[in-house]
Amino acid sequence: MITVATANRCARTFSYKDVKTCPIVAPFTPPCPPVLKLSAPVYNGRMMNYRVSVGMECHAELLTASKMFCSCANAFGGEPNTRTCPVCLGLPGTLPVFNAVAVELVVKTALALHCDISMRTIFHRKNYFYPDLPKGYQVSQYGDTPIGTNGYVDIEKADGTTKRIRITRVHLEEDTGKSIHSDGLGYSVMDYNRAGVPLMEIVTDFPPDVESAEEARLYAETLRGILLYVGASDGRMEQGSLRVEPNPSVRKEGTEAFGVKTELKNLNSFRAVQLGIEYEAKRQIAQIEAGETVLQATYGWDAEKGVTVLQRVKETEQEYRYFPEPDLIPIEFAPEYIETMRASLPELALDKKNRFVSEYALPVADAATLVSDKATADFYERAVSAGGDPKAVANWILGELTRLASGAKIAIAGGKVSPETLAELTRTVADGTITTTIAKRVLEEMWTTGETATAVIDRLGLRVAGADAVAEMVAAVVAAHPDIVAKIKGGNEKVIAFLKGQVMKEAKGQARPDDIDRLLKDAIDKA
Amino acid sequence: MTTVAPEDVRAVGALARIALTDTELDRLTHQMNDLLAQFDRLGELDTGNIPAMSHAVPVVARLREDVARPSLPRDVALSGGSQTDPWLGGFIVPQVLAE
Ligand SMILES: [Zn+2]
Repeated sequence: MITVATANRCARTFSYKDVKTCPIVAPFTPPCPPVLKLSAPVYNGRMMNYRVSVGMECHAELLTASKMFCSCANAFGGEPNTRTCPVCLGLPGTLPVFNAVAVELVVKTALALHCDISMRTIFHRKNYFYPDLPKGYQVSQYGDTPIGTNGYVDIEKADGTTKRIRITRVHLEEDTGKSIHSDGLGYSVMDYNRAGVPLMEIVTDFPPDVESAEEARLYAETLRGILLYVGASDGRMEQGSLRVEPNPSVRKEGTEAFGVKTELKNLNSFRAVQLGIEYEAKRQIAQIEAGETVLQATYGWDAEKGVTVLQRVKETEQEYRYFPEPDLIPIEFAPEYIETMRASLPELALDKKNRFVSEYALPVADAATLVSDKATADFYERAVSAGGDPKAVANWILGELTRLASGAKIAIAGGKVSPETLAELTRTVADGTITTTIAKRVLEEMWTTGETATAVIDRLGLRVAGADAVAEMVAAVVAAHPDIVAKIKGGNEKVIAFLKGQVMKEAKGQARPDDIDRLLKDAIDKA
Repeated sequence: MTTVAPEDVRAVGALARIALTDTELDRLTHQMNDLLAQFDRLGELDTGNIPAMSHAVPVVARLREDVARPSLPRDVALSGGSQTDPWLGGFIVPQVLAE
């Protein structure tokens, strides 16, 4: 939500008369901009004496076809105000109707986050004046019956330990419109395409379990993974469809009371989440060390400068005058509905990773990379079930296929190599039809043409050379280098590598290294 | 008995972006206290056995199928605005300081 700075302070200076006569929608241009005190220089000393606590608020736009309460399309981009209707413009006489899929996605997410589900859930109006929603209020869920309560996310730290981050609520609300930039116009211009898009809010519990910038990043990454697996969100932080808003505070080691927290915005990558919190914690510590007080305020992360910038000071707690939304009837869930939702949940990333390690004997790091994208994890399992060697398939996906896919700027699963043909490729290597070196070339060809591995091998004649052919090549190389052979016979075994290299060059990768070793040894003995 | 003081009424007015004159403040404070007195009368009823309700109609919500349908043409949508910016294609609202 966007709020006019110091609106509370300024409100009293306007008279009702202004409201009626103002040529624009509402009258207030705050006449008293806040006097902001620039903070002390950032603390660069030890942070050892301070503890950091971070409350995490995340908003995710839900992956629905239509908006929360109307049939306008839920999409990104496009010309301003081309996805609006009487409902999302808040015109009189309209009534909101819940989007079933939006409700379903929040229920699924809440279940994936191990929440209790409120079997009867109600919606509220959050009233405020900033015109990012034309109705003058946002439909949200307040109080103790949001769709999900008391959940958790387990994060896995760099040292391999896991930590449980408790979640206090998962609720459903609607997104707001955006102001189109209009510097120098003297007014703002609103685009309501995003107004009414279903939005899910996920809030961690208090006192916060997240106690460092790194844990905050891990939490955000894990949560995003869950949202992608559930299919609730596309997780695009750079487009703002997933918005991570941490509330960091610091306190001296040994003190009970939590410090004043600030709210961080504009974090549009995981890196920004970590760097932003690190910076903000240091800035707060610097203020405390300088004898100042940390103000309850919103700071924006400036990724280019690597600093947090004060956006607005919260002088008083905002008063949103929440009340139950009279236009919306409570939602009651049948126990069978919840069980259907629970049964439809996919295996989540952390469980999948552990299973890949135990079932396919993959290294933890490889398994973690594979499961970080559900489509890639599914691609992997399909290749393995098509008869691919688990370790080899993982190596091809994490190596060559990742390289080819990122070069083409597409997902692995979106390319022309199918899980079945990748499995076939690993089999041709395993049964000695081709060498690993040749397999790389075959895969590149498969990536370009979409052929099967065997088709490429046959078309380009890439089968491993038979022992006779390799023996011929070896004989020719030995005959061409009598001086080297003499050196080897004289006891300098190391130079055999040169002869081996010559044979490999001749074979263009189509000879098996152990064949060359054996035949070369024979040929030298006979020479 | 629940009552509001003039400063409470002024705060409510501020939330609604309405600046009140002292005369208005005095009149509204009286009116609001009269209303609250009525609620105190309602409070005399024994409602111990009646579950709290958040909605006046004892029904539960029907949900809508998630299907996108055409929206309003932009000129029609903008025609409801008291002022619009035809170049940017948006509704004009007061300038805000911070986003
Ligand atoms: Zn609409």
